[in-house]
Amino acid sequence: MITLGDYLIVSGILFAIGFAGVMLRRNLIIILMSLELMLNAANLSLVAFSRFRVLPTGLPDYNVQVFVFFIITVAAAEVAVGLAILVALFRARQTTDVKDISSLKF
Amino acid sequence: MPAFLFWIFALLMLIFGAAVVVNRNPVASALSLVVSFIGLAALFMSLDAYFIGIIQVLVYAGAVMVLFLFIIMLLDLRAEERRKISWLTSAGAIAVALALLLQIFYVVGHFKSAQQPFPPLARSTTDDVRNIGLLLFENYNLPFQIIGVLVLVATIGVVLLSRREPR
Amino acid sequence: MLPWYALLLPLASAIAITLFTRRSKALSSFLSIAAVIGSFVCSCLIFSQSGIHIPEFTWIDFGEGFKVPVGFTLDNLSKTMLVLVSGIGSLIHIYSLGYMRDDEGKSRYFAALSLFMFAMLGIVLANNFVMLFIFWELVGFTSYVLIGHWFYRDAAADAAKKAFITTRIGDFGFMLGILMVWMGTDSVVFTQIAQRLWILTSHPAFLTIAALLLFCGAVGKSAQFPLHVWLPDAMEGPTPISALIHAATMVAAGVYMLVRVAFIIQASPTALLIIAWVGTITAVMAALIATQQNDIKRILAYSTLSQLGYMVMAVGLASTEAAIFHLFTHAFFKALLFLAAGSVIVMLHHEQNIWKMGGLSRNLPITFLTFVIGALALIGCPPFSGFFSKDAILALAYERNMPIFVVGLFTAFLTAFYVMRLLVIVFFGKSRSEIARKSGESPLVMTGPLIVLALLATIGGFTFFARNFLALPIEKEVAFLVPALAIAVLILGSGLAIATYRNRTSEPLDFELLRDKFYFDEFYNWLIDCTQELLARICAFFDRWIIDAGVVGGTSSSAWGIGALLRLAQVGNLQAYLFLFGLGIVVLIYFAVFR
Repeated sequence: MITLGDYLIVSGILFAIGFAGVMLRRNLIIILMSLELMLNAANLSLVAFSRFRVLPTGLPDYNVQVFVFFIITVAAAEVAVGLAILVALFRARQTTDVKDISSLKF
Repeated sequence: MPAFLFWIFALLMLIFGAAVVVNRNPVASALSLVVSFIGLAALFMSLDAYFIGIIQVLVYAGAVMVLFLFIIMLLDLRAEERRKISWLTSAGAIAVALALLLQIFYVVGHFKSAQQPFPPLARSTTDDVRNIGLLLFENYNLPFQIIGVLVLVATIGVVLLSRREPR
Repeated sequence: MLPWYALLLPLASAIAITLFTRRSKALSSFLSIAAVIGSFVCSCLIFSQSGIHIPEFTWIDFGEGFKVPVGFTLDNLSKTMLVLVSGIGSLIHIYSLGYMRDDEGKSRYFAALSLFMFAMLGIVLANNFVMLFIFWELVGFTSYVLIGHWFYRDAAADAAKKAFITTRIGDFGFMLGILMVWMGTDSVVFTQIAQRLWILTSHPAFLTIAALLLFCGAVGKSAQFPLHVWLPDAMEGPTPISALIHAATMVAAGVYMLVRVAFIIQASPTALLIIAWVGTITAVMAALIATQQNDIKRILAYSTLSQLGYMVMAVGLASTEAAIFHLFTHAFFKALLFLAAGSVIVMLHHEQNIWKMGGLSRNLPITFLTFVIGALALIGCPPFSGFFSKDAILALAYERNMPIFVVGLFTAFLTAFYVMRLLVIVFFGKSRSEIARKSGESPLVMTGPLIVLALLATIGGFTFFARNFLALPIEKEVAFLVPALAIAVLILGSGLAIATYRNRTSEPLDFELLRDKFYFDEFYNWLIDCTQELLARICAFFDRWIIDAGVVGGTSSSAWGIGALLRLAQVGNLQAYLFLFGLGIVVLIYFAVFR
């Protein structure tokens, strides 16, 4: 039987992969993609909990799924804006290497 | 859902997730991400969250990844050359990620409810679109409207940010 | 009401002159003289009556131990002092009319003089320490104003400052003494302290220290050693001021105060001994210095110092009657001497060097006569008043402390010497300068007071006079030996002086130590220099290194340093930030879950 714990562990592994990706890659687009991985890991664990908690009516707790809906929407908006910024940055610096964007260094 | 399907889709998701991080070609990374999302959507389905699963495919795999690919094409990014990896940096990053992972394992392992199977539902197929819709428009109407405004703002922001400076 | 009139008339005159009559010199002098004569009349009335109602009201009242009244003492001593102070004050006011005739600041002078009279009468009438101290300080202030009357002269301004500061040092000790007595007996009123004296006598060390601190006030105000340095310099003021303040009244205030608190001082034999020796040292030191001075007023100033030393010596020998007796007679003949000297100075157009005078017995006869009377009284020649009072003190010393008697006798010898020296050089022989040859007698307004004072100096010592008018208990008949020794010493000193200085045109003796006043001024200057220098260096060091560099510089440097340290974390590398972020989360979860 698949238990809640399995879902949570899978979600955790996905999150760790995404985190490592953000820390290790230098290309900004890959970093943004790893960020999406982390968000989706969180979504997975939320949905697992939503299925696990069954209300007396016999239905899963849909409040959590509404929350996941909002997360997906906001993530999409954030990706759009983030990519727009990336485009503007690329036009200014002609590079997407994150090491070159360090003018806030002291 | 039979256990083996769960494991297949879980492994699919994880392996292609790792592929996103490891690949040098950004297009390959993007496509791996798409496959990973599909695996995730399957997992959502296995949890009886059909609406969320479809939304995942429609929005993420359909819109967001397309956007990513467009940008990659627009910026004409090449594959990265092999470069010298500072072992210290990678070791540090992997160490932190592993530490986080170990902590999650520990917590989940001691979480008593995590060992129990999922409770059964009243009906085998649930009308979750209707239920989620009702919740969304009755209880969470205000956040819904605000999300609408947020998306509008994001649109305007994107248009503004990606404008070329007038010469 | 009479005591109030006596006290407040001069104050009213001072206020009126300051506010209203500054421009009219004649009106100011008239007001001032009227006020002081009114005060004198009231004092005589108070003296002749007995059983006058003594007004008193409470000024500060914070409970049992902190009650300060404003009240008067009207015992025999204060009544007689009232008459003395206002009487001599009146004479000097009249004399000032002539002396300050051509002066620019006449209104200012008379206003300050009236204020001084108010303050001095306040000291005489005060019945508690706080009131005494307030008037004490006021007297010091008016003395400063009057010494520096010709303030555009550097010497006068410096002398005024020196007087004020030196007496201030004494006053500080005085204040400490008052506080100690207050602390011990919970009261400031003299009569109450006398009743509660047993509290103090049960702690002899405390009592001795308090008595000595109270004596500090007298050391400052009455110019005893070592705070005597201001009195000779105070001669920069006008001569009437020197007569009034620095001969007859203010410097006597110290002795008066000692007599008032005699019951405290006499309870401590150690304090008495120290006081007696301080007086003796002052007397002999001043007499030694006077033998070598060439300014007529300076000689008289040192003579004042010497006689004050005698008075303090008497207090230290536990006889307030002898001290007060000498105070009275000294007031008469010293004021007389100063006024006569003033007469000489004015008639010689402000020449003060005795070697430029000479033969003035022919030119200024009345002045000469009165001066001689004063001089004879000073050296203690019978039958003048000075003989009786000085004799009383010497007799006391002979009975109670032989070393002091010997020194006192030697001082009497020196007194005779320098007074005769002064007399011979100024009034006898040939005139040594044009001015001396052409001088004439002073106007009546100046010689009048001289004659009155000469009269008082002559008859002041007789027992019937003293007992009736001074209303003091006088010593029993003195032994035969002491007067004989005193007269012998007198003749010796006078003879030596006449022999040495007859028909001379310049100073034959040369004792540098004496002429330079034992180098006290130089020593004090050096001391103040050193202390100020040291203090200034310490303050500069503190300011430059501890405040500027340490606190201010330290704060800014440490802020800068911490900033520099923290700045190292801003590497600008996004992934480094994320790494630290993740590390923080791991640590946080560790502390939240695993502990």
